[in-house]
Amino acid sequence: MENFTPYSALIGGLLIGLSAALLLFFNGRVAGISGIIVDSFSAEINNRYWRGFFLIGLMFSAAIINTFFPVAEVTYSRPMLLVIVAGIFVGYGARLGNGCTSGHAVCGLARFSLRSAVATLTFISAAMLTTYIMRHVLGY
Amino acid sequence: MSNPDKVLAFLDIAGNWDLSLILVMFGAVMTLTTAQHFILKRSKPVCDSHFHLPKTGNLIDYRLVLGAMIFGVGWGLVGFCPGSALAALSDGKRDPFIFTIALGIGMMLFSRFHNKK
Repeated sequence: MENFTPYSALIGGLLIGLSAALLLFFNGRVAGISGIIVDSFSAEINNRYWRGFFLIGLMFSAAIINTFFPVAEVTYSRPMLLVIVAGIFVGYGARLGNGCTSGHAVCGLARFSLRSAVATLTFISAAMLTTYIMRHVLGY
Repeated sequence: MSNPDKVLAFLDIAGNWDLSLILVMFGAVMTLTTAQHFILKRSKPVCDSHFHLPKTGNLIDYRLVLGAMIFGVGWGLVGFCPGSALAALSDGKRDPFIFTIALGIGMMLFSRFHNKK
């Protein structure tokens, strides 16, 4: 467990929770990223602005943090096909299951939603099993 | 957490297990639970006439479970979820970009084949 980083993880979590709280306080909305993405294309025009700005902020967040607290550069070396399949699965699954990690595992759990608890346990289990097969069975 | 290696280090229970992600979730949930306890005492949010909260129903149907399973498989394949991929976009690397496009395609496929209620 020498890769365990409790402080940055807790601070990061705190910031995510704070961000969701601010969105609730000002806009009265739940910060589920997949839902915000979908609705930024389909909601009526007046309701698209906050979603667009939220997503833009999210996109630049890592760059801003990196300027103040430089972290080791991430190297990506995954086959393109794998990334594409993963993206399609995540997009389709998030819509079918009505939420992703932020919507279910953060906002939903914070509201003690049974649906979100089931979804969270399900996707973490499925992801652990997938990672296990990829790494220890297929040796990828 | 926009680093997929960190996410996979949590998902890989048989490897060098890294529990950091649990702390991220824990920190986020605790912060939000506490904050919303106070926020929801207000009659409305600052910039809107009412709160838009999804119902926290108890309905566990096949859509929820199957959707979460499909989501989990995709998440486990490369370690990106929608939020972390968007946050990683500013790295300017190929993978978050490709993933985000594929994410959009997955969402559109859903609208096309499944959302006919």
